[in-house]
Amino acid sequence: MILYVISVGLSVTMGLMGFINLAHGVFAMAGGFVLSGAMARFGVPFPLAVAAAFVLVALGSIVFERLLYSRLYGKPELAQVLFSIGLILVSMAAARLLFGDQAARILLPEYLRGQVHFLERDFPTYRVFIIGFSFLIILGLWFGVERTRWGAMVRAAVDNRAMAQSVGINTRRLFMLTFALGSGLAGLGGALGADILPVQWAYPFEHLVYFLIVVAVGGLGSLRGPFIAALLIGVADTACKYWTPEFGAFLVYAATIAVLLWRPMGLFGVRA
Amino acid sequence: MSGYTAATRIRWTEWLPWIAALAFFFLMPEYLSLGARILIFILFALSLDLILGYAGIVTLGHSAFFGLGAYTAGIVSAKLGVQDNFLQLIAAAGAAAALGAATGAIILRTRALTLLMLTLAITAILLEIANKWSSVTGGADGLSGVTVAPILGLFKFDIFNRTAFLYGLGVLFVAWWVVRRIIYSPFGAVLTGIRENRARMHAVGAPVYGRMVLIYAISATIAGIAGALLTQVNQFVGLNVLGLEPSGDILVMLILGGVGRLYGAFVGPVIYLIAQDWLAKQYPEYWYFGVGALLIAVVLFAPGGILGLADQVRDKCLRLFKPRSSAKASAR
Repeated sequence: MILYVISVGLSVTMGLMGFINLAHGVFAMAGGFVLSGAMARFGVPFPLAVAAAFVLVALGSIVFERLLYSRLYGKPELAQVLFSIGLILVSMAAARLLFGDQAARILLPEYLRGQVHFLERDFPTYRVFIIGFSFLIILGLWFGVERTRWGAMVRAAVDNRAMAQSVGINTRRLFMLTFALGSGLAGLGGALGADILPVQWAYPFEHLVYFLIVVAVGGLGSLRGPFIAALLIGVADTACKYWTPEFGAFLVYAATIAVLLWRPMGLFGVRA
Repeated sequence: MSGYTAATRIRWTEWLPWIAALAFFFLMPEYLSLGARILIFILFALSLDLILGYAGIVTLGHSAFFGLGAYTAGIVSAKLGVQDNFLQLIAAAGAAAALGAATGAIILRTRALTLLMLTLAITAILLEIANKWSSVTGGADGLSGVTVAPILGLFKFDIFNRTAFLYGLGVLFVAWWVVRRIIYSPFGAVLTGIRENRARMHAVGAPVYGRMVLIYAISATIAGIAGALLTQVNQFVGLNVLGLEPSGDILVMLILGGVGRLYGAFVGPVIYLIAQDWLAKQYPEYWYFGVGALLIAVVLFAPGGILGLADQVRDKCLRLFKPRSSAKASAR
């Protein structure tokens, strides 16, 4: 589910805006560090710190978007790939200098620790909370993109930017906000998932492959695609590592290749 | 820049890299180990340049072929006892070519993100295999015990890497000649056409898909040879030849030098590896910061890499002189 929250943000930037942003994990990492920093240093309560992770990462990403990303819209994909790899390297080095080799430590509040008793079995409260939270995000995003004026404008701008601009939509501002939303979601995912996927300086590189798999398998520009893909990949990965540890991640990659060959645009892809 | 019409005769400037390499051999014998490494990565970058620079296939998984070549040479030597260096090279080239043709035929039907993802997944799978199948590949410990018989029965690999350097130089020279022939052939012109405008190449009747698979397999072969060279020179194979990181590294080297031009693949690895040798040991954190920042700067401000910048500077100089001479002409 963490994969989902992070990846849906990526799907928003990549799918809706058509930008191949490999540096997405950077924003997730930033979210994790904001959360741990806010809680450990300033004693901010957990919910507020999570919100701060979202807001701060979104605001930070606006700066990046205006300064760097916006120069690369419509450039060849190679330029975008290279640029985002460069950003990953820079941010990794910066994170290592700032935070050292240690993973960010997250102290969960009392009410999220412990177990929930449900259907005769025990579940860790925090994971239940994350699953519930993800569903809220899914609903919110679905509503936002499919049912609001903003969603309609984004979809219009993506389909035909020149046309959207000519009917009076400020596509510059729209893309900026969309990018901020996508990155903010990544920050949120990184923050919430810090307990499960430890946040440390190598984070953007380590999990890059997973984010990309989720988005590619799920399909660009769709919201339920990454959701189902994250679910599939999460379950498949855990199952494979449990039953056939000698194969490890092998089956996940094989499955990715199979899905992509069967449906090159992903399971629910809208655009190639 | 290049293509069917460009002059195909070898200009005198094109001999300079080889003269420089030979001079390096005699003048700086204590750096030959680094030199051999640079030669190998030039070969690797050259193979990537063929598909990325000329055919425009964006890949994050080119290390699959490099790694496969490295492991094939290692396994053939350490497990099967084949000591002849050329047989090892041929085995590695064959394995890489087979994988390149097979995966190319499958994945080149897709584009953009999907293609990127597929190349990445393939090298990731190979990495998993190399990691888990430790009875053959040595797993995380790497594969040691690689032995190479004296080349042509005459030249033994010595601790000063003299043989390694000259051997690498020889292989690179052959590969350079082949690549150069490909680039300036009609086939090379088709590739450039595919990169620039795929729909139009379809329209003029070029077999786009077949050509792309072919060049992908050729490029894979060269990358496999580069990997085998690395194994022979180091007499060891480790997991670091596979996966995302070597793919990213070689991409950075090529971009730095200048993509889509033959000598970009020469300049990039030289600068990158020398800088790495000096800086990375002392300041590993700053090293990655520097590489990342440089990459961003190159993408935003100098898409042609170092050689592209050099071209711009040269053009500026020429333009400075031209108006003056034309003014003189009109004054007369």
